[in-house]
Amino acid sequence: MTTKKLLASATLAVGMATGAFADGHEPTTVGFVYVGPVGDGGWTYEHDQGRLAVEEHFGDAVETVFVESVPEGADAERVMTQMALQGADLIFTTSFGYMDQTIAVAEKFPDVKFEHATGYKRADNVSTYSARFYEGRAVQGHIAGHMTESNIIGYIASFPIPEVIRGINAAYIHAAEVNPDVEFKIVWAYTWFDPAKEAEAATVLIEQGADVILQHTDSTAPQAAAQEAGNVVTFGQASDMAEFGPFPRVSSIIDNWAPYYIARTQAVIDGTWESTDTWDGIAPGMVEIGEITDAVPAEVKASAEAMIEAMRNGEYHPFTGPLNKQDGSVWLADGEVADDGTLAGMDFYVEGLTSEIPQ
Amino acid sequence: MILLEKRPQPSRVWTFATPVLAVVLTMIFGGVLFAALGNNPFETIRTIFLDPLFSEFAWFYRPQILIKGAPLVLIAIGLSFGFRAGIWNIGAEGQYIIGALCGAAVGLAFYPTESFIIFPLMVIAGALGGWAWAMIPGFLRVKFGTNEILVSLMLVYVAEQLLSSMALGAMRNPDGVGMPGSRNLTQYPSATSWINESAGMHWGVVFAFIAVIFAYIALSRHIFGFQVRLSGQSPRAAKFAGVNPARLILICMGLSGALAGLAGLFEVAGPASQVSINFNVGYGFTAIIVAFLGRLHPVGIVLAAGLMALTYIGGEIAQSNLGLPGAAIQLLQGMLLFFLLAVDVLTNYRIRLKREGLT
Repeated sequence: MTTKKLLASATLAVGMATGAFADGHEPTTVGFVYVGPVGDGGWTYEHDQGRLAVEEHFGDAVETVFVESVPEGADAERVMTQMALQGADLIFTTSFGYMDQTIAVAEKFPDVKFEHATGYKRADNVSTYSARFYEGRAVQGHIAGHMTESNIIGYIASFPIPEVIRGINAAYIHAAEVNPDVEFKIVWAYTWFDPAKEAEAATVLIEQGADVILQHTDSTAPQAAAQEAGNVVTFGQASDMAEFGPFPRVSSIIDNWAPYYIARTQAVIDGTWESTDTWDGIAPGMVEIGEITDAVPAEVKASAEAMIEAMRNGEYHPFTGPLNKQDGSVWLADGEVADDGTLAGMDFYVEGLTSEIPQ
Repeated sequence: MILLEKRPQPSRVWTFATPVLAVVLTMIFGGVLFAALGNNPFETIRTIFLDPLFSEFAWFYRPQILIKGAPLVLIAIGLSFGFRAGIWNIGAEGQYIIGALCGAAVGLAFYPTESFIIFPLMVIAGALGGWAWAMIPGFLRVKFGTNEILVSLMLVYVAEQLLSSMALGAMRNPDGVGMPGSRNLTQYPSATSWINESAGMHWGVVFAFIAVIFAYIALSRHIFGFQVRLSGQSPRAAKFAGVNPARLILICMGLSGALAGLAGLFEVAGPASQVSINFNVGYGFTAIIVAFLGRLHPVGIVLAAGLMALTYIGGEIAQSNLGLPGAAIQLLQGMLLFFLLAVDVLTNYRIRLKREGLT
């Protein structure tokens, strides 16, 4: 077994050496692995915008390649290996489900740098990066709490992982803050991108009386469903989704990966790249809030913008006590701010949410 | 004027020539499509069909074809028996999932004990799981005359829900910080199906070849193969020949289910490496295309699976090297099935050019 493994890595090493040799005088190659199609209008679209920004910024000095709609699993590992073989110097793997594959491929290609989005496993040549989307969720919750008349807010969730649970909590806390009667109905779609499933989830929520829909899935299908219903408010997810404004889409969370991608590519060119863990929010510009439209009352817009400003200059953290967990036990005392460790592994709802996290 | 004249018997020559013709037509029209997308058609076709076999990095791609093709062969061989006998198991995807779940459950239950007996037990559990899942539509058909197409297909969605629930609940990695997905089975030496990862060898590849040999012998030399073929061609004659239709349905469903379950087990313990929410990527459905593309013949199925695997892997190379959109590859695969069905007419009909005035 061990000898076989040694042989295997030897073959790979030989292959890599030729790959690196062939690529000696060529431009730096940056690869991107996408979980959805680049035209999803959401998550993958914004990563691809980041890729295009890299191309524009570096011109001929950098070449980018990408493969879209790569399933999380064995296929992802093959795509990454293939990119590394073809001479990629830096590879961004842009979905949580690529975590183990990224680590596995990175082990075989110690000279290639990897960047895994939203994961938590790192290595000498694997960095992780994510954005503090929960800051944007807090703004959404604030607006949603004001906008709802039925006091029912629908939430299309993807997978019960900490990132999604964090978003639900952040939105709920700030909706309940301005509207104590608000109730969250949560549908788990178990997908990042599936327009049919997302539209169905939106329709179910609307039928159950929701007049605001928040989504943590990547397509614009829920926006279209809300538009058809006529009186339902939505928010753009991952991308601005401005084509659904000024109503139903009244604002959005935009993931702006471009500055990060440019900085990391520059680091590879300069030879200064190091394995890091980046978790940036509104202040550094990784999370942006899309224009709040006139469908939102002026005073609500003003208070939302004040909140954005407070988060930008560090005066306000969306998870500030007093906050209790769903079971009533104390989580954060008055004025206490959640630490990143707890947020990164968040597996509980806050007090007031009525449903349960699926097990 | 072109006339179609029914042949007294299906043409033997065209039975073998149509798949080849379909591939050639796919290459021609695929080339037109790629040219319309602004790519060099010859380069693209070469990248998809030849680069995985003969390029600089073929030493990496060739084993990948084994990995991608093995589950297709295993499932398609099982399906071919039922399809020949007119028994339509469309739900191999579900049986694949259940096989993987049962096999993985056995492996995870033993963790971290090391023993040579664990993997054989997992194999048995995987086969039994797939078999049992296929027995549901089989039994319902025999007992109540339900339609096995619908029941087996619907059970795919049930299996997917079960998979989600297992990945999030019972089988979740206790050391996974709340993230969905089971332990990594490839890092558990007693439970992995890999024989030699860099050579693309896992037990699924071995079993696929064994299944092909057994299927070949069963179909050409064994009374069971005779009964299967007879039932498909003439159910009445089969009855007179003493074939028990209920028994045949149960055997065919059970066989295809068990093989699909095995495919799932080998995949989850090898290339996929863990039970995750998105574990299934459509092998069970693609295998239906493979079975027909291979003319329901064991050797044909091997060739067809190889071809499908080739388009997947070549397609990814074309995406990342030539910037071809992912959807274009899916179109190409769809074209293949379309042309196969279209030129199939030549097997059963003769084309006659009718001259004017000679009627």
